[in-house]
Amino acid sequence: MQDEGREVLDVRIDSDAREGLTGTAPASIYRPLHEAEQVTIAPDWRPMDVQPAWRTDFPIDWPQDHYVERREFMKFMVLTSLAFTVGQFWIAAQDWWRRRRQPPAGVRLASLDDVPVGATRAFTYPTEHDPCVLVRTSERTLVAYSQKCTHLSCAVLPQVAEKVIRCPCHEGLFDLESGRPIAGPPRRPLPRIRLDVRGRQIFATGVEERTV
Amino acid sequence: MSVNRPFTGAQRATILNGMLAFVVMLVVLQLWLLTATMNAYLGGDHAVIRPAALASVACLLLNAGLLRYLYRIERTRR
Repeated sequence: MQDEGREVLDVRIDSDAREGLTGTAPASIYRPLHEAEQVTIAPDWRPMDVQPAWRTDFPIDWPQDHYVERREFMKFMVLTSLAFTVGQFWIAAQDWWRRRRQPPAGVRLASLDDVPVGATRAFTYPTEHDPCVLVRTSERTLVAYSQKCTHLSCAVLPQVAEKVIRCPCHEGLFDLESGRPIAGPPRRPLPRIRLDVRGRQIFATGVEERTV
Repeated sequence: MSVNRPFTGAQRATILNGMLAFVVMLVVLQLWLLTATMNAYLGGDHAVIRPAALASVACLLLNAGLLRYLYRIERTRR
């Protein structure tokens, strides 16, 4: 019931519009003027009547704006999650493909007479794009490793006197006997090349990749 | 009896914040899984690759489910 824009009270005692202990207050008196989520809140949290005119003319619903921002961020994070899952399956596919390949064939590297104690010899195995290094550490001991550093694939250099293999890019050091990292950024050992000595000939027969 | 009452804006914002915290944790977990799996793959360790892929799928499904729930509560807004 309206009278010149003002709400008037229904005088009937059983009116639905009566509320409160005495029944003299209109039911709408406790109703908020606006929904809380429709109230514009300036970014500095001061009331709108002290804000500059342009902000009053072009009000922004900041709570809703923040909500939309976070919802978009959540969508982005779910897409990132999808990308990580695709990455996992890419690794799984690469692993499956690698395991399906035939093991590399044995390749003759050198004769024992060509590699004196303390000498090194570079070779490629199993493909021409995989540089490796053979080291004769004693009369009866030969070791061979991939020459790619496990940090960022720089070429590593054996230093037989110090019994280390050094990566000059970031000063990574590997143990010459085991190929395990002992200093610097590398965390994984160098892949070891399996060797076989038949007669006086040295053969590479496989690649042993390791995590520890 | 279930009450299908829509959430207010403040309630939705709170729900979104909680979901976002959970999603960020899961994505960080997936990043860790990816780096650990790559390390294992490069080191020739095959055993962890399949379980890690399954765990990553589980995280993705959780994330996608949370996003779907968010859109669902938005559809029932006032």
